[in-house]
Amino acid sequence: MRPRVLEPGRRVVEPGSRVVEPVEATPTTAVLAALATVRDPELDEPITDLDFVGGVEVTGASVAVELRLPTYFCAPNFAYLMVADAYDACARLPGVEQVSVVLVDHFASEEINAGVAAARGFPGSFPGLTDAGDTDLAELRLTFLRKAHRAAQEPVAAALLRDGRPVTDLAHLSLGDAAPGPELDRLRRRRAELGLPSDDAAPLLVDEDGAPVAEPDLPLQLRLARTTRISIEGNAGLCRGLLGVRYGLSG
Amino acid sequence: MYTSPAGDRFFVVDSHVHAWDATPANQANRYGEGFINCFYDYHRNLSPEDRVWPLEEFWTQPEERILKDLFEDGYVDKAIFQPTYLTDFYVNGFNTTEQDGAIAERHPDRFIVNGSWDPRDGEAGLVKLEQLAERWSLRGVKLYTAEWKGDSKGWKLSDPWAYRYLEKCLELGIRNIHVHKGPTIYPLNRDAFDVADVDDAASAFPDLNFVVEHVGLPRLEDFCWIATQEPNVYGGLAVAMPFIHSRPRYFAQIVGELLYWIGEDRITFASDYAIWTPQWLVERFVDFDYPEDLTEYPELTTEVKRKILGLNAAKLYDIDVPEDLRVPGDQDDTVGANPVPVA
Repeated sequence: MRPRVLEPGRRVVEPGSRVVEPVEATPTTAVLAALATVRDPELDEPITDLDFVGGVEVTGASVAVELRLPTYFCAPNFAYLMVADAYDACARLPGVEQVSVVLVDHFASEEINAGVAAARGFPGSFPGLTDAGDTDLAELRLTFLRKAHRAAQEPVAAALLRDGRPVTDLAHLSLGDAAPGPELDRLRRRRAELGLPSDDAAPLLVDEDGAPVAEPDLPLQLRLARTTRISIEGNAGLCRGLLGVRYGLSG
Repeated sequence: MYTSPAGDRFFVVDSHVHAWDATPANQANRYGEGFINCFYDYHRNLSPEDRVWPLEEFWTQPEERILKDLFEDGYVDKAIFQPTYLTDFYVNGFNTTEQDGAIAERHPDRFIVNGSWDPRDGEAGLVKLEQLAERWSLRGVKLYTAEWKGDSKGWKLSDPWAYRYLEKCLELGIRNIHVHKGPTIYPLNRDAFDVADVDDAASAFPDLNFVVEHVGLPRLEDFCWIATQEPNVYGGLAVAMPFIHSRPRYFAQIVGELLYWIGEDRITFASDYAIWTPQWLVERFVDFDYPEDLTEYPELTTEVKRKILGLNAAKLYDIDVPEDLRVPGDQDDTVGANPVPVA
């Protein structure tokens, strides 16, 4: 389902019911494209694909975004990251001077929305409830980026095994040996985000610090990668279902 | 007991059931309302269409209905009450040991009553746990680490005070520690669903059994990883079970992964009643097999299903299982038990 566009600016209705969109400094499509770069860190999917964007409104140089989540009690730290990332993505758009991102129907909506708007950071938004020093949830983000990277390795490796490669070979292959396609692209992106080599010469399978997975560790690491992928994909499916019943979305 | 169309018989222990009160009169604030609505969305998202209740019926269930849903219609031989207090959200609590106990006392052969504790209650809580254990002859507790208490939004099993309570459990003969993770924790910037603290506690208390509810979901991989290393860590299937209807492939993967990582002896069935009812879950599970292309998982045999549906939990709680419903060679202390014919 496409996000509904909230009362887009000055809409001119001409005789004959033809609707002419006014010229906006930043088209709604550009805002949606910016929001598509924001991922749910846990589910490793863009918030636009997950239908978390409930609405977008562009008025002149102002952008207003409404976000919604599958449950009232979704973890507040992930919720905060998505609101903050959405805010930053919109603020980076050329011509945008004012951004408002509002998370609705969540137990901590008030703290998160106000915290992001005032750039208070997570600890500033939830005073007394966090560890010292972790100003931007960097540790949480890194943990889930590592999980996403681990999960992304699995389909690439599985494709090679399906093509008849012995599992021990995988310890000696590089990214350039894998079949091109969306799964390899995704793996390269996750690796680059971790600051690890993602070119053709980079090892095919690496641990979270970039060390190549050694032959004896391969079976276990591949199993763990698969379990991680199943966990993330299953969780994403559950979240879609919950969002669907919560907001009466079809399919 | 459930008898399948093929004539196989299964002893059923529902390891996770509730008798809750989420009626508006008992909701203390918007969080209480939000909590039951969240449960209700799980219910209507994952139930077959003809099993979806109106919200009003979901708020609370009268005793007769609980008995009917579990034992008359649901094939359950023994049900384990797992309390979830939520006293910050509900005036009289959402589901206390006392609420469960009142029902269980009227049907002692049907229910096992578990208690609960909260490490943030300090010394006073330890005394309360002693009283609770004596009053209800506790053999297990259910812990909800995301429970709010005043300004605190949760706790970890590895907190020093939690260890004091685990020591008390050992002393009181409470052997089964059911751990339920939720969306909040202290500190709030950490992943609240992380089960690393269960790993620590399970290592420190090898004589206690740690049943991770919802098999660690949404962190199945973390749960599997710690459970392979800690022999006293179990996986409870509450919330995972209903995927058997709405997303059978995912369900197959969860069960397959669990069997691969931790084996058939440490997985326990649960409906999480009243979020779901056991009848259709039991029927579907006995009938279930992997999709054809998922060939790499350990076989889901009738014996494996018997263990998951009841025998594993029966061992944890010393529940007497009729001899003809056991799995041959599976008794702890019986050598050379008569083999049971499997149809």
